[in-house]
Amino acid sequence: MNSDVAISVENLSKVYRIMGATKPPDTFRDALVGAGASFGKKLAALAKGDAYAAIGGDMEDFWALKDVSFEVKRGEAVGVIGRNGAGKSTLLKILSRITEPTEGRVRINGRVASLLEVGTGFHDELTGRENIFLNGAILGMSRAEIRAKFDEIVAFSGVEKFIDTPVKRYSSGMRVRLAFAVAAHLEPEILIVDEVLAVGDAEFQKKCLGKMQDVSGEGRTVFFVSHNLSAVKRLCSSGILLSNGAVRVPLGHLGNVIDVYQAEMKPASEGNDFPYLGDNEFGSIEIWCFEIVRSSNSDSSDADILQIKGLAKRKKSTPINVGVDVFTADGEHLLRSMCTDSQEFIDSNGVEGDFHIKLSMPLNLINNGSYKVRLISSAHQAGWLIPPGEGPALTLWVDRLFNVSPYWTRARPGLIAPQLSWLDS
Amino acid sequence: MPESTSTLENGAKPHPGRHFTIIEPGRTASNYWRDLWRFRELFLVLAWRDVTVRYKQSIIGVGWALIRPLLTMVVFTVIFGRIAGLPSPGGVPYTIMVFAAMLPWFLFSSLLGDASGSVAGAGGMISKIYYPRLINPFAKSIVSLIDFSISLALLAVLMVAYAFAPDWRVLFLPVFILLAVAAAMGPALLLAALNVRYRDFRFIVPFIIQFGLYVSPVGFSSAVVPEAWRWVYGLNPLVAVIEGFRWCLLRGEAQLGLWVLPGLGVVALMMWAGLAYFKRTERTFADVI
Ligand SMILES: Nc1ncnc2c1ncn2[C@@H]1O[C@H](COP(=O)(O)OP(=O)(O)O)[C@@H](O)[C@H]1O
Ligand SMILES: [Mg+2]
Repeated sequence: MNSDVAISVENLSKVYRIMGATKPPDTFRDALVGAGASFGKKLAALAKGDAYAAIGGDMEDFWALKDVSFEVKRGEAVGVIGRNGAGKSTLLKILSRITEPTEGRVRINGRVASLLEVGTGFHDELTGRENIFLNGAILGMSRAEIRAKFDEIVAFSGVEKFIDTPVKRYSSGMRVRLAFAVAAHLEPEILIVDEVLAVGDAEFQKKCLGKMQDVSGEGRTVFFVSHNLSAVKRLCSSGILLSNGAVRVPLGHLGNVIDVYQAEMKPASEGNDFPYLGDNEFGSIEIWCFEIVRSSNSDSSDADILQIKGLAKRKKSTPINVGVDVFTADGEHLLRSMCTDSQEFIDSNGVEGDFHIKLSMPLNLINNGSYKVRLISSAHQAGWLIPPGEGPALTLWVDRLFNVSPYWTRARPGLIAPQLSWLDS
Repeated sequence: MPESTSTLENGAKPHPGRHFTIIEPGRTASNYWRDLWRFRELFLVLAWRDVTVRYKQSIIGVGWALIRPLLTMVVFTVIFGRIAGLPSPGGVPYTIMVFAAMLPWFLFSSLLGDASGSVAGAGGMISKIYYPRLINPFAKSIVSLIDFSISLALLAVLMVAYAFAPDWRVLFLPVFILLAVAAAMGPALLLAALNVRYRDFRFIVPFIIQFGLYVSPVGFSSAVVPEAWRWVYGLNPLVAVIEGFRWCLLRGEAQLGLWVLPGLGVVALMMWAGLAYFKRTERTFADVI
C-alpha cells in the first residue's frame, strides 16, 4: 500500500440479516418452538448464533453496503454524504472495527480514533472529572495522556465549577459540552466522526467544528459524516456520496458530490411525498398518510384529530414510536408529543405492523393561529427513524373561542392559551 | 511494511506507518489474545467504574456486601443449627461452618449474575466503539471479588469472636477462590453471549442460583449425602469449591474425596464451552444488540 494513502477500501460489502415475513425470534423459546427445520438443525443454527436459520430460513439478507471502494489520502478531509439508511454509519462502523465486513478489505495506515457518538460510556453517578477519565479511556486515550490534557479539556468544556459534581446533576447541554471536550482532545492520525454535531447548541457546535478544523489543518486525515452540509463544506474538501449502500458519486471534489446529493434530495423534501420512509438499525417505518380528519374549528368540540397510517417493522426488540412536533407560525417549537405518552401504546410496545392511529389536539390549550405539525418517529430512545424536521408536515389552523363570549376571537397574547378555571372563594 | 494490527495503541505518539490495520471478514479472530492484552487499560478503567459506582454511596455499598451474607448466615444457623439440629463436626462452631461455605457461594452467584448480564447491559458501548467484548464480563467480576474480600474480612472477625483459628491449610485458599471464579465464569460467558441475542436467558440465571443453593453444601455438610450418590453429587462443581473452602478454613474439617473430581471436569468443560461460544459470536454482538 502506497505510504501516502491513509485508508484504502476495496469492494467492501456488509450484509445484515433482517426478518423476512415472520418476526425474528428474539427469545430463545421462540427460536426453539418456531416452525421450520428439525430440532437438531435448529440447535446447530443456534450454536452458530443464527436465530433466523433456526426458525427455518425465514430471513432476508440486506446489503447495507455493496461493493464500496475508495482511497483516502493522508491529510485529506472527506465528507461522507447520503440519505438516511444509505450506509454511512455502517461504513464507519466497519472502519472502526465495531462490526465486521461480509466481503472486501480495508487497509488503514495510522492510528484511528472514532467518534460515533458523544459521551459513550458516560455514567450518571460519576463526577465530571471521573467521566473525563472514563470516556477518554473508552475513546482510546491512556491515563497519562488524559492527565496531561485534563486542564485543557475542562477549560474547553466550560464546566469547571461542576467538575466534581455527579453528571446526573448536569443539564443536557453541559453533558454534551463535557463529552465533546474529551473527544476534541483526541490526537489520532485518522479521525472518524459520525453525525455528532447534531447535538449541542449552535455556539458550541461552532467551537467544535473549529477544533476539528484545527485537527484537519494539522495534516490529520478526517472522515466525516454529517447532515449539516455547511459543516461538511467548512471541514472537507472532498466527498463521497452513498446511496442504498453503493457509491453513487466516487470520492472526489466535494462541490460535485453535494450538487448531485441536493438534486436527488429535492423531491423528497418538498411537500409530502407518500409513502414517506424511515429506516435505521432498529427498525423501519413507512408513512402512508398523515392528515387532519376532523377539524373542529369554531364548533364546540374541543379537538382536532390527526390521523397517521403506515407500516412499522421492528428489527430488534426496541419499540417504534411515532409522534409530532408542533411549531408556531414564527417557527417556535411549541410542543412534542409521542404515542407512547399514552398507556395504550406503552402496553402495545409502540406501533408494529400496519398501524392506524389518531391524535387529538387539545384546543383548549392552543392559541389561535396557524401551526406546523411535523411527524417524527424513533426507535424508542435508540435512534431516529424520521428525525425531527425531516418528516411530512401539515398545517393546522386553530380558530377557536376562548370563552362563551363571542367577542374575543383573536389570538390571545402569549404562546399558549389554556382554558383555566377561575374560582370565587 | 511490518504488519502490526492495531487501532488504538494507548499513549503512543503518532508515528506514520507504525499502525497498520487490515480489516477483513473473519480477521478479528486471528489476533484475539494480543488484542485483549492491548486493551488492558480499558479493562482496568471499566472495572474501576463499576467499583466506584457500587461503593459511591459507601454506606449502602459496603453495607450490602456485609448484610447479605450475615443475614443468610443467621437464617441458616437458626434453622439448620438450632431447629433441625444438624451436627457440626469436629467442634467447629456451626456459624463458622456455614459462613465458610457461604463465602464461595456468594462469590459464585454474584459472579454469575453480574457477568452474564454484562454484555447485554453494555449495548451503548458495544455499538459505538471497538474493544474485545470479553472485557465486559471480566471487568464486571471485579466488583464481586471486592464484595468477596469484604465478606472474608467479616469471617476473620467472626473467627476472632468464636476464638477459632484456621491452620496452615488456609494457605491453599487462593486455589479454591480461583476455582470458584472459574466455575462461575464458564457458564457466565455462555449466558452473556446468549443474552445478547435471546433476552430470555436472563431469566435462567436466578433459576440456576436458586437451584444451585439446594444442591450445594452451604447449609448442610456433604456427609449427609449417601456414599452411593457421591459421584453424582460431585458433578456439581460447587461441591469441590465449598468443601475446599471448608478444608482450608476449618482445619481440614471437610468432606473431600476423589468423587469431587468430576466437578473439576465440569468446570473445565463449561469454561471451554463458554469461551468458545463467546469468541465465536462476539463479532456479531454489535449487529444484533
Ligand atoms: N444492526 C443492524 N441490523 C439490521 N439492519 C441494519 C443494522 N444496522 C444498519 N442496518 C440497516 O442498514 C442500512 C444502512 O444503515 P446506516 O449505515 O445506519 O445508514 P446511514 O448511517 O447512512 O443512515 C439501513 O437500512 C439500516 O436499517
Ligand atoms: Mg447514520
